[in-house]
Amino acid sequence: MYPMEMEIVDPVAATGIFQFAWALIAWPLLVTAILLLAGKASNSWGHLLGVAGAVGDFVLAVVLWIQMIGTEVPNRAVKVPVTEWMTIGTMSVRADLLVDQLSILFALLVTGVGSLIFCYSIGYMAHDPNRRRFFAYLNLFIAAMLTLVLADNYALLFIGWEGVGLASYLLISFWQHRNSAALAGKKAFLVNRVGDLGLLCAMFTMFALFGSVNFNQVNHAISGAPATWITAIGIFLLVAACGKSAQVPLQSWLLDAMEGPTPVSALIHAATMVTAGVYLVVRSHAIYELTNAASLAVMVVGVVTLLAGAWVGSTKDDIKKVLAGSTMSQIGYMMLAAGIGPAGGAFAIFHLFTHGFFKANMFLGAGSVMHAMDDDTDMRHFGALRKVMPWTFGTFAMGYLAIIGIPPLAGFYSKDHIVVAAWERGPVFGVLAMIGAAITAFYMTRLMMMTFLGDKRWAEGIHPHESPAIMVGPLVVLAIGSAVLGVVLNNAIQVWLAPPTGHHPHELAWYHVPWQGWATLLLVILGVAVGYLVYRRPIAFDAPGKVNPLVYIGRNDLLADKFNHLVFVRGGGALASGIALVDDVIVDGAVRSLAGGTKGLGGVLRRTQTGYSRSYGLTMVLGAVIIAAVLILGRLG
Amino acid sequence: MIPLITGQAVAFWIFAVLAVAGALGMITCRKPVHSALCLAGMMVSLACIYAALDAPFLFVSQIIVYTGAVMMLFLFTMMIVGVDTTDSMIETIKGHRVASFLIAAGFGVMLVIGVVQGAVGGAAAGLEQANGAGNVQGIARIVFGPFLYPFLATSALIMIATMAAIVLSHGERLTPKQGQIERARARNEAFMATGADPGPMPAPGTYARKNSIDQPALLPDGSVAASSISPTLNVRGVAVVSNDGLRSAHRAAITRFVEDRDAIIGTNTAQAVAEELDDLAQAADDQLTTTGEGEQ
Amino acid sequence: MDPNAYLILSAILFTIGVVGFLTRRNALIAFMSAELMLNASNLAMVTFSHVTGNLYGQVGAFFVMVVAAAEVVVGLAIIMIIFKTRRSASVDDQSQLKY
Repeated sequence: MYPMEMEIVDPVAATGIFQFAWALIAWPLLVTAILLLAGKASNSWGHLLGVAGAVGDFVLAVVLWIQMIGTEVPNRAVKVPVTEWMTIGTMSVRADLLVDQLSILFALLVTGVGSLIFCYSIGYMAHDPNRRRFFAYLNLFIAAMLTLVLADNYALLFIGWEGVGLASYLLISFWQHRNSAALAGKKAFLVNRVGDLGLLCAMFTMFALFGSVNFNQVNHAISGAPATWITAIGIFLLVAACGKSAQVPLQSWLLDAMEGPTPVSALIHAATMVTAGVYLVVRSHAIYELTNAASLAVMVVGVVTLLAGAWVGSTKDDIKKVLAGSTMSQIGYMMLAAGIGPAGGAFAIFHLFTHGFFKANMFLGAGSVMHAMDDDTDMRHFGALRKVMPWTFGTFAMGYLAIIGIPPLAGFYSKDHIVVAAWERGPVFGVLAMIGAAITAFYMTRLMMMTFLGDKRWAEGIHPHESPAIMVGPLVVLAIGSAVLGVVLNNAIQVWLAPPTGHHPHELAWYHVPWQGWATLLLVILGVAVGYLVYRRPIAFDAPGKVNPLVYIGRNDLLADKFNHLVFVRGGGALASGIALVDDVIVDGAVRSLAGGTKGLGGVLRRTQTGYSRSYGLTMVLGAVIIAAVLILGRLG
Repeated sequence: MIPLITGQAVAFWIFAVLAVAGALGMITCRKPVHSALCLAGMMVSLACIYAALDAPFLFVSQIIVYTGAVMMLFLFTMMIVGVDTTDSMIETIKGHRVASFLIAAGFGVMLVIGVVQGAVGGAAAGLEQANGAGNVQGIARIVFGPFLYPFLATSALIMIATMAAIVLSHGERLTPKQGQIERARARNEAFMATGADPGPMPAPGTYARKNSIDQPALLPDGSVAASSISPTLNVRGVAVVSNDGLRSAHRAAITRFVEDRDAIIGTNTAQAVAEELDDLAQAADDQLTTTGEGEQ
Repeated sequence: MDPNAYLILSAILFTIGVVGFLTRRNALIAFMSAELMLNASNLAMVTFSHVTGNLYGQVGAFFVMVVAAAEVVVGLAIIMIIFKTRRSASVDDQSQLKY
């Protein structure tokens, strides 16, 4: 374990432009409200306003960023007071914002990549009658995601956390007339609830231990807490991160989430929202540094997920699901890095940032291909698209080279650092991360071969064509980002992120590559070669029915659905049936027999209601006699 | 000590017996009129007891209000509801009568025990002092003093009760009122349509041996005029409306005449005439019956 | 004269009224039984007045009379309207309001 080198940076009060950081959240929220409330009246200009929601935020984020660059390092973390949220006894939670190096980086990523994807969506959703609603939800997502990353306490973070969950749900089920989309949205929502439970438990624990959920206060107080509880908080936060970031064992929703429109997959389920778990772990690094068990658990989850995602990606024929598996796998890398500790935190964010670019790039490229292939996603029906879609191919290839880690593209640097850090943490993790890199190279090569190279296997009546400029433009920008971000950020990111991740950076020259890097590159080239050799052969139009168990398991999402169905659905159903039986027989039985008894008694007693006033009079006199007897005989006694 | 027999005691024993007798009579008489009379007697007895108890004002009001006003109202109602209906004394609710007697007896015993236990004592304060300025003046001083507002409230109560009685017994007229003009027109229309006599109905007793309302008028041929007596009397069987006696005499004469004629001129019409007479008699009876039922 | 005698007479009359109310089916006679009970209580009040030596008991009896008069008016109107609609003065015939 690394020596204790925690330096907790206390944020300074906001001045100048920082006082208006809340506008980052308010502006897209306002756009959402306008788009949803204005109704059909805004159909003609709604998408433009939607794009303005993201672009305006991006401009503000850049201004803030420049302002922050101009500030001295100790004063870069800024606390923006907004409002008192809730006061319970002596406990008080404020809805304040924290703008520091980490959150501004996220804000730039979310709004920057978001702006590009918004532009792309204008073209992609051009023919959808509900495009305005789509942009409203996207703006809701931007607002929620910025709430998540700008919050200065876990409670407000939770609001954003739930907000992105809601936006994700709405957008996965955007084409709700398709049953599969509606089900996928529900599944994502439900699985995310499991993660939310973890975050809630973590918050409860913090409240109980420290009386606060403020990042800064928790970081200060955490070292005084019992070790068991620190581990518990770490595990709770990990559960939350697993849910949101689709890590094993809560990964099952991400593959189905591809039912949503492709820009959604690119923005939410590749570039930003699914990385919120990594953000959470990095943001809580002060907790993980004090608990070996929890950070080890984070690393194990990361490694398992990076291999599992690669496995799924190698077997799927659906281009979006391959990319979704790849996303799982890459987030696994990030989690691994985040679990390593201060040395890895910055690299996790680095990889997160570059991944946001190249994965968004590839998803949008896949969307462009689908656009051309009449919304077909099966790669077996593609092939030889290189010639008809040169721009898409070119940009996609840039993303491809970036993700497999060919120098000097972005993925090479970001992944390389993670592999090195993992190796230093423990060779087992390093080796597994290298193997993951090799598999990544294999399945991405497979994707390229099946989609853009080889023979054309198009279905009848399909005439692929290049996408319009509004869609190609963002692809080009993202491709450039995929290419150069690695070199640009290689050293700077560590220095920039040092205060929030609590790490003392060391020099990393862009031209210096350690031996682990070369080894990884070798494995990657091996993976590419295998992928090329295997998929150079002709590919069947229909998927083969009989496949080996490895492929079968991968194609069925690692049997996660079956496992969940067997254990949670059936098991839970049986438990519920048992409880229902107890409720029915014992609880309801008591109530029912009481009611039945009352009813029967009433049935007997109502016979006294004969309608004869003389009988009533008799009863009345009897009552008078009894009262008189009690009074008189009582006095006698 | 020899019990001193006072006028008060004498009055009590006489009127107590009368009152109890009246009360018992009220609940045992089968005819409501008799019950009402028994109750009136009971009330007068009570009035006398009031008088003996130094309550002359109540003595008078008891007679005026209860015996005079309340009992008259009862009798009026009885006239409408049916003055001579008699109640069946057979109890229809099973076990009700026995239970009633038992419980009422228990109630009475409780009251008596209460009275004895309460032990008001032999010495009554008497009202000589309270009635010093006159009983009516004394009551007036209280009624118009501390009880003024309750007294005013009772006047409102009586007013409301009067209005309630009017509202309750008021019946909505469903058809236009039949005046003299309408009646005359209806009679003439009936005459035009069916030949019914538009004149007044015949008075009872005309040409009959008695002059009372249950004796029907006789027509010149000796038969009965059904419309001359009240249908109610006919239904109740009070009036004698049968034509049988007269009819048999006439019939004997006619039969004899027809037989003589047949014997003289050698025809055989006796059978046909007899059948015709039967039909006539039947028609007359039908007319009686329908007249009687038609106005029920 | 012992006032208890008056009170016992009052109790007897009241009980007779109860019996009449409970056993007679004719609405008019049941109503008269109620009047009998009122009279019995009046007698008790007049007696109390005699015992205590003030006139409040008599005033009470007077009020009972007034209220009884109002009650009779309404009660008889009700009996009449029932008779008009149902052609019966028997309280047992008005037994539709039952289970």
